[in-house]
Amino acid sequence: MGDQTKGAAGGAEHLGESTTGQKLDLRKRFRIKEMLIQVFLFLSGALSILTTIGIVYELGNDALNFFTRRSWENTNKPVAVSISPQTTTFDVGTGGATLREGQTIRIRNEIMEITEIEGTMISVERGLDNTEAVSHDAGTTIFIGTNVSLIEFFTSTKWNPQISQFGILPLVNATLMTSTIAMIVALPLGLSVAIYLSEYASERARGFIKPTLEVLAGIPTVVYGYFALTFMTPILRTVFGRDVVSIYNTASAGIVIGILILPLVSSISEDALSAVPRSLREAAYAIGATKLETAVKVVLPAAFSGISAAFIVAISRAIGETMIVAIASGASPNFTFNPFKPAETMTGHIVRISGGDLSYDSIDYNSVFAIGLMLFFMTLILNMISQRVVRRFREVYE
Amino acid sequence: MSLDYISDLESEAEEKFERIGEFELNTGRRHGISRLWFFIFRASTVFGIIVLAALLLNISNNAFGYVVVLNQVEPETLAVDGVPLEELPKEAMVEIFASNVSSGLYRRFDNEKPFAERSRQDVLNLVEDWVINPQVERTWSLYESLFMRQQISTEFENNFEHGELVFRSWVSSEFFTSPQSAEPEQAGVRTAILGSLWMITITILFAFPTGVAAAIYLEEYASDNFFNRIIQTNINNLAGVPSIIYGLLGLAIFVRLLEPFTSGAAFGQTIDAATANGRTILSAGLTLGLLILPLIIINAQEAIRAVPSTIRQASYGIGATRWQTVWNHVLPSAISGILTGTILAISRAVGETAPLVVIGASTFITIDPSGPFSKFTALPIQVYQWTVRPQAEFRNIAAAAIIVLLILLLSLNTSAVWLRNRFGRRL
Repeated sequence: MGDQTKGAAGGAEHLGESTTGQKLDLRKRFRIKEMLIQVFLFLSGALSILTTIGIVYELGNDALNFFTRRSWENTNKPVAVSISPQTTTFDVGTGGATLREGQTIRIRNEIMEITEIEGTMISVERGLDNTEAVSHDAGTTIFIGTNVSLIEFFTSTKWNPQISQFGILPLVNATLMTSTIAMIVALPLGLSVAIYLSEYASERARGFIKPTLEVLAGIPTVVYGYFALTFMTPILRTVFGRDVVSIYNTASAGIVIGILILPLVSSISEDALSAVPRSLREAAYAIGATKLETAVKVVLPAAFSGISAAFIVAISRAIGETMIVAIASGASPNFTFNPFKPAETMTGHIVRISGGDLSYDSIDYNSVFAIGLMLFFMTLILNMISQRVVRRFREVYE
Repeated sequence: MSLDYISDLESEAEEKFERIGEFELNTGRRHGISRLWFFIFRASTVFGIIVLAALLLNISNNAFGYVVVLNQVEPETLAVDGVPLEELPKEAMVEIFASNVSSGLYRRFDNEKPFAERSRQDVLNLVEDWVINPQVERTWSLYESLFMRQQISTEFENNFEHGELVFRSWVSSEFFTSPQSAEPEQAGVRTAILGSLWMITITILFAFPTGVAAAIYLEEYASDNFFNRIIQTNINNLAGVPSIIYGLLGLAIFVRLLEPFTSGAAFGQTIDAATANGRTILSAGLTLGLLILPLIIINAQEAIRAVPSTIRQASYGIGATRWQTVWNHVLPSAISGILTGTILAISRAVGETAPLVVIGASTFITIDPSGPFSKFTALPIQVYQWTVRPQAEFRNIAAAAIIVLLILLLSLNTSAVWLRNRFGRRL
C-alpha cells in the first residue's frame, strides 16, 4: 500500500516536472471565482426569505397604519374659554357629545389627550403627536379621535372606509361564499376525475384527458372571469329567472372558480392515487372486491394524505382567486348569504380600490394592506396545514 | 358421537352453501353499484372536457359574427370634383378633416404631430376614423350568424335604413397593429402586446438566473441545516401565496419605496408624460419575477434532482471542483427540464392580471412603451378592462384580445414541449 502511494506521488512528480519543471501541488486551492459563485447562489436562495420578510413587513406596516390611524369626529362641543399654550385645565361647557378620560381630542391642529375630567373642566396633556401647543379662542370646536378597533374590524358587517365603517365581515363572508361554492363544484368532480383517470381509464383515454385538463389549468384567470360573466351568469339567469339572479353574483363566480381549480384537484389527487402500489389493488381484487370497492376502500384511504393536501391547496387557491370575482361577483361590499346577489370579496375589493391611481397614506391605501395581510395569513395557514398533512399522514409503502 | 360429528359437519356445509348463495346475490348488486359509479366518474371527466369546449366556443362565439356598420358621413359625399377620397392629394384630405371635425380636435392632432409632417396614409386614416367614423350599431354572435341568417337579414332590413351588414372578425390585422382607442371599432392590442413583451423580458432577465441559482444552491451546495430547511419550506409556502399579495408587495416596494429607481429618475431619465412615478414596466416585470420565482426554483430543483449522482461522482473523480461539476455536467443534463419549467412559469406570468392591476398598470394608453421606465398596459389588463365595460362591442374586442392572449400562451407552451424534445437528453 505504501508502495502504491509512493508510485502515484512519483507519477505526479514526473508529470509536474515534464510540464513546468516544478513540483505539482495537490492541496486544495482557494478559488476566488468559485467563492463568488457560491455567494451568488446563496444570495439567490436567500432572496426567497427576503420576499417573505418583505411581504410580512410591508403588509404589516401598512396594516398597522390602518389600525392606528385616527379619524376625527365632530363633538359639537366648543371650548368654553380661550386657552393659552400653557393651559392644561379648561372648561368645555355642557353642550355636544360627552368626553371620557383617556380620549384623544383635537382642537384645530393641536392634538391632546384627556387625563382627568371634573364636571365641565377637563385636564389635558398638550401638543401630542408632534403638534404644537398654541392658544385657542373660546368657541373652537373639539374633535374626538377614533381608531379602527380590532373588535369593529372583525365583527361589524359594514365596510366603507370613506365614511369610517371598517367591518371586514362582508368581504370575508363573500370570499367564503365563493370559495364554498367553488369547493362544492370542484371537490366531487375533481376526485371523480382523479379516480377515473387512475383506476378506470385506458392508456389512450389518459393520454387525451390529462393534457386537456392541463390546458384548462393553463388558461389565465381573467379569461375565466370573462367566461363567468358572459356564459355562466346568463345560464344561471335563464335557469333561475332574471329577477332572482343579479347580473353580478357570487354563485356564478364560485362555480367558475370551481371549474378553475378542478384540474388542480384532479391532477394532485391523481398523482396520489397513482402512487399507491399495484399490490394493494391486486390484494383487494383477490379477496373479491369490485373495482369501486378497491378504489374507495383500499386505494383512496392509502392516498389520503395526497388527496387532503390537494383539497387544502385548492381551498387556498379559491380564497386567493382574484380576477373571476373582480369581474363576476359585483363591486359593493354586501353582507348577504344569498348566492344570487352581488357581494364583493376581499380580493375583488383590493383590485377595485387599487385600480385607480391610489394615493399613498390614504385610508383606502392602508385598508387594502390590512385586507391583504388577512388574506396572506389565511392562505399561509392553509398551505402550512397541507404540507403538514402530507408529512404526517403519508403512508409509505416499500 | 362420530355420527353427531358428521351431521354437524353436514349442517355446517349446508350453512356455508346457503351463504355462498347470498354472496352471489350480493355480488350482482355490488357490481351494479360499481358500474353505476364508473359512469359517474366518467361523466365527471367528460364534464371537464365539455367545460373547456364551452369556454373556447364562448370566446369564438363573441369574437366573430355579423355586425351592422353605420358611417357617420358616407365616403362618396367627401369626393371633391368627382375624385374619390382615396385618390385625393394630402392637402385636400387635411382640408376635409379640418372642415368636418371640431377645431379643438384638429388642434389636438396638429399638436400631437403637425399635419405638414404627417404622411398621406396617416391623414387618410384620420379622416376614416374621425370623419367617416364607422360605428357598429348591432352585433350578432357567431352562433346566430351561422344558423339564423334569415332572421338577421330581416331584422337588418326592418331596423336599419342605412348602413351595411357585414361579417366581422374582431381579430384582424388592424386589431394587432392599432393602439388602444375609446372606440371599440378602432381599438387594437398593439400597445398591450408590446407592454406584455417588455414586461416579460424583464421578468425573465430577473427570475431565470436567480431562480436557477437558488435551485443549484439548494440542490448542490446547501447542507441539511436549519437555515437551508427554512429556505426550502419558505419557497414551498411562497408558491402558494395568492398573486394579488405579490401585487401589494410590488406596490409597496417597487412602486413606492424604490420609486427613484423604478421611475428611472435615478438613472437620469427625464420625467415626462410617458413615465408614471413608479408605476412602470420595470416595477411590473420585477413583481411578476418575484411571483414566478418559487415556481422556477421548484421546477429547476426537480430537474437537477433527476440528474443521476453517478455523473457528479464521475466528475469529482477526475478532480473537477464543485462548480465545474455543476456547470459542465449537471446543468447540461438538467437544462431541458429547467427550460420547460421556466417557460411554463413564464406563461403563468403572461396571464397574470391581478398584481398588475394592483401596482397600477395604465388602463388607457395609446403610446407604445419605449423602455423599462414607460407607463404600460398588458394583454390581460386589456381583457379585464374591456370585459368590465357595459357596451356589447367591448365584449367582442375582449374576446378578440383573449384569442390573441391564448395564441401567445399556446405558442409558449408549444415551445416548451419542443425544447423538451429537442434538448431532452436520455440519462
